[in-house]
Amino acid sequence: MAATLGAEAAPRNTVAERLQRRFGASWRSLLVLAAIAAFLLLLLIVPVGTVFITAFRDGDGSFTLGHFATFFSTGLMRESFFNSLYVATVSVIVASFIAVPLAYLTVRFEFRGATLIQTLGVLPLIMPPFVGAVAMQLVFGRSGSVNLLLEDHFGFSIPIMQGLTGVIFVESLHYFPFILMNLIVSLRAIDGAMEEAALNLGARGWRLFRRVVFPLAMPGYLAGAALVFVKVFDDLGTPLVLGQTNLLAPQAYLRITQVGLEDPLGYVISVIMIAFSILALWLSVRVMKGKDYSTLQKGGAGIARRRLKPWESALAYASIILVLLVVLSPHLGLLVLSFAKVWSYSVLPDAWTLSNYATVFEDSSGMIRNTLVYCGLAALIDVVVGTAIAYLILRTRIPGRQWLDFAASAAIAVPGIVLAIGYLRTFQGVEIGGVQVTQVWVLIMLAYAVRRLPYALRSCMAALQQINVSLEEAAEMLGASQWRTVRRIVIPLMAGGILAGFVSSFITAAVELSATILLVVKESQAPMSYGIYLYMQSVAGRGPGAALGVLLVLTVAVGTYLSHLLVERANRTLEPKR
Amino acid sequence: MKAVAVECIGIGLAYGTNQVLKDITLAIQPGEFFALLGPSGSGKSTLLRLIAGFNQHNRGRLLVDGRDITGVPPNARNIGMVFQSYALWPHLTVYDNVAFGLVERRVPRDEIRRRVGDALALVGLSDYAKRRPNQLSGGQQQRVALARTIVIEPQVLLLDEPLSNLDKKLREQMRLELKRLQRTLGITTIFVTHDQEEAMTTADRMAVLEAGVLQQVGTPRDLFDTPVNRFVAEFVGSTNLLPGRADPARKVFVATGLGDIPLAQHADGTALSIRPHALTIAAQRDARRLWFDGLVQESEFLGEFTRYEVRVGESTLTADVPHLSSTPLYPRGAPVQVGIDTAELRVLA
Repeated sequence: MAATLGAEAAPRNTVAERLQRRFGASWRSLLVLAAIAAFLLLLLIVPVGTVFITAFRDGDGSFTLGHFATFFSTGLMRESFFNSLYVATVSVIVASFIAVPLAYLTVRFEFRGATLIQTLGVLPLIMPPFVGAVAMQLVFGRSGSVNLLLEDHFGFSIPIMQGLTGVIFVESLHYFPFILMNLIVSLRAIDGAMEEAALNLGARGWRLFRRVVFPLAMPGYLAGAALVFVKVFDDLGTPLVLGQTNLLAPQAYLRITQVGLEDPLGYVISVIMIAFSILALWLSVRVMKGKDYSTLQKGGAGIARRRLKPWESALAYASIILVLLVVLSPHLGLLVLSFAKVWSYSVLPDAWTLSNYATVFEDSSGMIRNTLVYCGLAALIDVVVGTAIAYLILRTRIPGRQWLDFAASAAIAVPGIVLAIGYLRTFQGVEIGGVQVTQVWVLIMLAYAVRRLPYALRSCMAALQQINVSLEEAAEMLGASQWRTVRRIVIPLMAGGILAGFVSSFITAAVELSATILLVVKESQAPMSYGIYLYMQSVAGRGPGAALGVLLVLTVAVGTYLSHLLVERANRTLEPKR
Repeated sequence: MKAVAVECIGIGLAYGTNQVLKDITLAIQPGEFFALLGPSGSGKSTLLRLIAGFNQHNRGRLLVDGRDITGVPPNARNIGMVFQSYALWPHLTVYDNVAFGLVERRVPRDEIRRRVGDALALVGLSDYAKRRPNQLSGGQQQRVALARTIVIEPQVLLLDEPLSNLDKKLREQMRLELKRLQRTLGITTIFVTHDQEEAMTTADRMAVLEAGVLQQVGTPRDLFDTPVNRFVAEFVGSTNLLPGRADPARKVFVATGLGDIPLAQHADGTALSIRPHALTIAAQRDARRLWFDGLVQESEFLGEFTRYEVRVGESTLTADVPHLSSTPLYPRGAPVQVGIDTAELRVLA
């Protein structure tokens, strides 16, 4: 035996095998890594970097803070800055007052309204906020249905849609589900024993909630609140539709479209918007650092559910129905508007018609197709890139792989309008095969892909984390290569998460306006969201605009529901039956 | 199929300064059913995963059938492993799970059907081919995992804590089945366990690991009767360890607080091991044993035997006394005589 040992002992040591041993990666995964890095560099880092450089650069190319000085010495800019902060902050507060009681109600008490509240979470996602704004004006505006009724019967009206208040009202109603959903997840993760211990020591009711339950649910609340802040701070469509241009996002838009791509103030605004987005997200993480008290142990029971007394139950239902009515009012208003011939200064339209839909189908079928193509391709890119990043991070040891995650996730802090400005600046005058890059629809699609990548990436990561590594090791042990293992085991097992990522990318891209509005150069390129915005510019266009909005909501709703069914079915096959 | 040998020669594995395996040298014979026994964190699973190719050692050589497989990726090793969690793919049927390795080997479809059928028949699951893993019981899942692994006719079969997820009754049944299967196939099999009873009842030979160091290799009987150190003596079976010092010249062990205990042969060391069942509890002394005065501190009646904790001098000894209906029981606090069978003593370093 000893003789043969000596002869064959030298281990094989090709480059591929060394790679495999050092990093758990094949040369294929290195190529994938390089491709993703190039994608993020070209479409996220360089454009955003260009925005930053432009904001800090003088006419002769040297570093300057002069543009920022100009910004803060201009009255309009200062006002816009403080207005934006005010609107975003107050929207978070208002949204919290709606979301926190609802979340506590669903988790703490046993009643059937829970499903209704879950539905609330999806509703705003399937409609662009600016579309809601138009409908809300018809319902809650100065001469909207509600105020007309109030005038007639009680002799007063509520000016809730006036000025910045209108923006806050629309935004907080639109975005409160972000807090609601995150908070529900956090509340569900609290170990019931925590609450019982507090009860045992004498804490009850409000004090129990304030001293024990809410602090434990803080991570979810803060994550949701930060998201609402960022979303409101970045939103362009709603203020434009409500005619409130003294905010940062509309100012950036107006600067670029009216003064021109060379105006430094547009870039200064962009930098400030990114800074505040990052600050809000960073604070929400920083405050909770080392305080993530997700306490529910495996097999532990969550917070005990209490049955409501009949009068309590009635109260709960009443409040839920009230909230639901308000939240649904944009959807209802939009629906009514889409069937209205004329609707002004009256509670309901004077006459009904189907002609709005006819107009839309005649004029705008291209827009419907564009939305499906752009968002479908963008979502496809997102899940492919998301799956690849998740695999590189969780299954290999290639150095620098965390940077991919970081860069891809950072896209969440980049407002759509900033990304669009970055694209216009970076690719200005660049031609490929004689075609101006900034003139082609592919750029719109890629902007969608980059902006929605963080959502798809999260769901791909979560899906891969749930797969036990031994499932892959078993495949390798039976002779499958890394690539075959990915194809036959990893991707099928991730299918549910990949699909969920696809859908969240698709639907959020379908309702995006702020990047679209700058990148669309001709009407034939326009997706539905842009089409709705165009229609809504004129009073005569409101009807068809609403019809297009209803179609958009339907498309997205049906897509969401179908994918929900598919994900449920996939989960049923995978989960153990007991 | 030809059975192959597995040899570890000076294998070491360290993550930074953390040495997980230290200089493991071990030869497993062709066709042997071999157990790696150790507490959690001893490195036994790491060694198994290293043989499978999921971990890579930094020192030494790993030979299968005389060929060094260091650096060969898992999918090129032809070594089968049954995972502790079974690792059945939930999205594939039982049939597709078992067929997986054959598909990867580009085996013709007809042959796949035949071989999967044979493998399922071997583990008694022919009727379950169309089920999904989540529709099977724990024992059935394990059989599928086994069928999936042996269907590729691996050179070596690795089992990672194969019985730990089963309840007691099923565990004993599967233990017998594993042995029968291994004898039928004649395949070199290595299995990892922390349960000494499982290792002793199943394995031809076994190795005890502790803190990444190989303590002793031998048949279950070797390890039980002649443990080389305190760890093996306490881990394989249970034992009483008396502190003291051997005096090789006089052939005695000077036990602390008890004085001279005569030994059957010359030995050196600082601890004396006496198995609980080698101790006797009696009211009177006889001439065949060495006797000490003791006081019963605890007694546990277990049916087949009674376990006494007896205070003898400075030490507390555990004695397992076989029980028959005529055997007297001694209550807590009773003064008793403790008898030692000097042929059963073992001096350890």
